Amino acid sequence: MSMKKKRIYHNPVGVRKSTGLLLIAPFIAGFLLFTLYPFVSSLFSGLKISEDGQLGLDNFIRIFHDKTVIRAAAVTLKYAAVLVPLKLIFSLLTAMLLNMEIKGIGVFRTIFYIPSILGANLSVVIMWQYLFTSDGLVNQLLELINLSPVSWYGQPDSALAIVVLLRLWEFGSTMVIFLAALRDIPKDYYDAASIDGCGRVRAFFRITLPLLKNVIFINLVLQTISAFQEFSAPYMITGGNPMKSTYTIGMLIYDEMFSYMNPNYANAVSWLLFIAIGLIIFIMYKLTSKFREANQ
Amino acid sequence: MKKLPVYLLLTAISIVMLYPLLWLIGASFKTNSEIFSSVWFMPEHISFDAYIKGWQTVTPHTMGYYFLNTFKIVIPKTVFAVCSSVVVAYGFARFDFPLKKFFFALLIGSMLMPQIAVLMPSYMMWSDFFGFNFLDTYVPLIMPSLFACEGMFVFILVQFFSGVPKEFDEAARIDGCGTLRTLVLVLAPCIRPAIISIAVFSFLWTMNDFLSPLIYIQSVEKYTLSLALRLSVDSTGQGYEQNKIIAMSVIGLIPSIAVFALAQKKFINGITAGGLSG
Repeated sequence: MSMKKKRIYHNPVGVRKSTGLLLIAPFIAGFLLFTLYPFVSSLFSGLKISEDGQLGLDNFIRIFHDKTVIRAAAVTLKYAAVLVPLKLIFSLLTAMLLNMEIKGIGVFRTIFYIPSILGANLSVVIMWQYLFTSDGLVNQLLELINLSPVSWYGQPDSALAIVVLLRLWEFGSTMVIFLAALRDIPKDYYDAASIDGCGRVRAFFRITLPLLKNVIFINLVLQTISAFQEFSAPYMITGGNPMKSTYTIGMLIYDEMFSYMNPNYANAVSWLLFIAIGLIIFIMYKLTSKFREANQ
Repeated sequence: MKKLPVYLLLTAISIVMLYPLLWLIGASFKTNSEIFSSVWFMPEHISFDAYIKGWQTVTPHTMGYYFLNTFKIVIPKTVFAVCSSVVVAYGFARFDFPLKKFFFALLIGSMLMPQIAVLMPSYMMWSDFFGFNFLDTYVPLIMPSLFACEGMFVFILVQFFSGVPKEFDEAARIDGCGTLRTLVLVLAPCIRPAIISIAVFSFLWTMNDFLSPLIYIQSVEKYTLSLALRLSVDSTGQGYEQNKIIAMSVIGLIPSIAVFALAQKKFINGITAGGLSG
């Protein structure tokens, strides 16, 4: 007496429903082995409070009393809060510039994309480190226009700014996603708007932004996740200094694991980071849902 | 002349994008004292000293040796990633099967998974992988790519597959092609731009990867280019011989720039047409 309707699989004649499953089997195996298993074992490791495998919340509770973790969390949050909006705005504006059909635009597209291609390469990180030394290129340029040089590595805010500027310089991958979306907006929309006497600024807020809302959200999520994981730039450029002002959660997890040999604690912090990222994305999703659902 | 301000703006941004790289290349031919005394990237006298010293690195091996090490990871990884991603994407794009929506959601979810959260347990897993210790080998760096572990690649390919008419598959089937032969002979050639894009992505990401080799590789003989670079920075310090480090950095950028230059036209079209605009 089963009320359940049997699902019909839409496959070409002679193809069984197992064919598709077989084709995606590598993904399922990989997911179980390289994502789910580490993820679950990470939780158990984080819950382990003694060598004989006793479980408890001690590691997680300790995190909330650990000044170093709280400091690193604050630094990471501040870093993401400054970098992500700047990068999104800058990427969108340049994508709009690059979407214009003028001569030679392809060359500019390529040029703007180069920094993000070389992106995480250590050579670029090392280059960035040299640009901001006391007699580096940036300070030399500042002196050239009669501004006083900045001790970039000396102060907390300017040290964090070095890392933010590096990641901002690599805005290409975000920009390309915007560019692809902009290309999908029919030109007629703007023509119709301008006939109706709608100015460019209004067209941007009334046409471009509403049509891009999903892409904006995707970029927001992708950039937030990567900002929360920042490791190599502060690790190589500032070493977390001065006064731990650029010491991110990513660096802390690495240190707990490989410098202080506390894998259980490192896993507990990793898990809290994962929960925090999930929560922030959920909040962003809720906050933007009104905007995303409007003008559907 | 309305376009003039636009060109000026585009040029200004281009300078900001390119000048640091030009400066880096120029600095590699300068003497140490000249590097930090002039903003102009062209050196007064061209000197190859830095390259000769940099190529030797601070280890018994040359940079060529570390290039070879890096390619031992990059090449298999790229081949594996492309093959596994194409097969999995084919499954998602062309076939219907139980729990399809669920698995696709998993794929998207795994794209959003912060890597750093699974880093530590992965490390422990590789230290005792079904009884084998794979730490200090290239296995942890390469093997996941056999399993279509980059959700992004599969996602891009699925978009491209949906752009190919299903009549192609039917025609191939009528002509006697099986499931896999349809993929290899008919569909894969249709989505070549996407395949090139993900191959380039895979190459560049692996080339640039720093954290994974840092964690898994311990012995200097197995170091990748980025680890060798870091070692040189650490043992040279900030004080002197900057031009040597800079020359090494320039050498380290060459493969990425070369691959990008070769593929850039197809590559940029591939990603912009990739339907990432969900």
